[in-house]
Amino acid sequence: MDKMQGKVWKFGDNIDTDLIIPARYLNMTDPEELAAHLFEPVRGENFDDLINSGDVIVGGDNFGCGSSREHAPIAVKASGVSCVIAKTFARIFYRNSFNIGLPLIIHSQAAEEIKEGDTLEIILEEGKILDRSSGKEYSFPSLEDMMIKLIESKGLIPYILNEGYDNGEK
Amino acid sequence: MGYTITEKILAAHAGRTEVKPGDHIVADVDFMVANDITAPITINIIDDIKNAKIKNEQIALVPDHFTPNKDIKSAQNVKLMREFSKKHNVKYFFETGRCGVEHCMLPEMGLVLPGDLVIGADSHTCTYGALGCFSTGVGSTDLAGTLITGKVWLRVPETIKLEYKGKLKKWVFGKDLILMTLKELGNVDAIYKALEFTGSTISTLSMYQRLTMSNMAVEAGAKNGIFQPDKITEEYVKERARRSYKIYKSDYDAKYSDVRKFDVSKLDPQVSLPHFPSNAESVKNIGKIEIDQVFIGSCTNGWYEDLEIAARILKGKKVAPAVRLIIAPPTPEIYMKALKNGLLEIFGEAEAVIGPPTCGPCLGGHMGVLAAGEKAVATTNRNFIGRMGHYESEVYLSNPAVAAASAVAGRIVHPEEVL
Repeated sequence: MDKMQGKVWKFGDNIDTDLIIPARYLNMTDPEELAAHLFEPVRGENFDDLINSGDVIVGGDNFGCGSSREHAPIAVKASGVSCVIAKTFARIFYRNSFNIGLPLIIHSQAAEEIKEGDTLEIILEEGKILDRSSGKEYSFPSLEDMMIKLIESKGLIPYILNEGYDNGEK
Repeated sequence: MGYTITEKILAAHAGRTEVKPGDHIVADVDFMVANDITAPITINIIDDIKNAKIKNEQIALVPDHFTPNKDIKSAQNVKLMREFSKKHNVKYFFETGRCGVEHCMLPEMGLVLPGDLVIGADSHTCTYGALGCFSTGVGSTDLAGTLITGKVWLRVPETIKLEYKGKLKKWVFGKDLILMTLKELGNVDAIYKALEFTGSTISTLSMYQRLTMSNMAVEAGAKNGIFQPDKITEEYVKERARRSYKIYKSDYDAKYSDVRKFDVSKLDPQVSLPHFPSNAESVKNIGKIEIDQVFIGSCTNGWYEDLEIAARILKGKKVAPAVRLIIAPPTPEIYMKALKNGLLEIFGEAEAVIGPPTCGPCLGGHMGVLAAGEKAVATTNRNFIGRMGHYESEVYLSNPAVAAASAVAGRIVHPEEVL
């Protein structure tokens, strides 16, 4: 699994998919092109230029609410962000992210306390978030089996092609 | 122990006798839908798989968001859908002229039916829950997975039961019930859950008003919003169904994670203020809000019945000089019915512009984009920051009567103010 370590970009509650990637850019499908407009309504143009590989987005409640546009997690991932932590996620954004191999962590306390600019290290297998700036450590329970399978397979399609759906508990 | 309608449909599609909230299941899917925003990503995924075979009779590809094509990129995306449909013999691809807003077309054509399990690469796929099926929005990758396998993985949701009683006042509709409900639920309580709409008020609601309510279940974060089929459902479905269907109902002792009861007899028309659908207020309590544009249409509130309500208000009146009124009947069938019955004439006489069937204005896509500082009333489902255009524009959500009356008054009003 890729190392998840980087700087924090912090957002508030109810970050909807129109804020992550406005609808007028949905005539694009190229991840790099989409990333150029990531969070444009709230962070201005070319916000992705500031993001380094491994950086982490931290949000509040209901992160990713609104439309089913996979362009949203695609743009987040293509910008170099390695993980999103939030108090709660909207369900389609949650599925979409794991389906393309972008892990999400639900953690109220971490989402509350971690600040913009902090340096984080996340060890998914151990369920740990380490905030190098504040010195605090947060632990989270293991992801559900399906989520682990999706991350290990690097997304839903490789999972289906390699494992087949029928291996699930049917 | 009893089960909810949602649990029964999911169990049946997973080949199980029962499921409980929290279970992960792999379920058979009856029907799928994708549009010109979400399908291109799905198509790229399928094209990358060698010798991919898809479930070509169980999907509708509906180019409705940026059509009639607004620019070259949009045209390329629709071309991609058209060629993919040809190559894979997709049974339901709709060309402009025969194409409408997906969530109006599928129920209208009887492609989604009671008891079905439907997924769509569009968040408002939850609309079909009004018919008594399990229906939920997913992303493009999920859709690609189901196109190949015919299956989808799902976590069985807890169900919140919503019980409405009381006779609705004049000019109060399903839209007002759902806006009020969104306010009551807030933005977090219903995430991942099923909403089940019940009660004496619901049993008298037309199918279209139910479709409006299910449509906005996702705005509460819910996975699906479902109604138990009754005579009104069967009446709607029986002439449209292209295959057999099954009626499921919740058991009297089904388990709910929460039950909310509402007496709606005193409810006034609701308006959701910027920038969240849950930010609903009575139209009587919002003060004087002058507006620049009104949009009547979309998968939420563009049904023929909605256009008829707007026409009742607009007949013999003119849109206020400072206001642009855009009305887009969402499907060719609704458009033609509105034409034949004289509704379009009423709209034209009132100086509204009549648009083609498209999602366009609802998402700030095209045909009605807002400038900085502008305010719009829309019968749509979302009023997020920048939803219909500039980040400094504002969207107010309402029912079609309030929208039409506001277009005449030039500010947001109760319909009685212009009659």
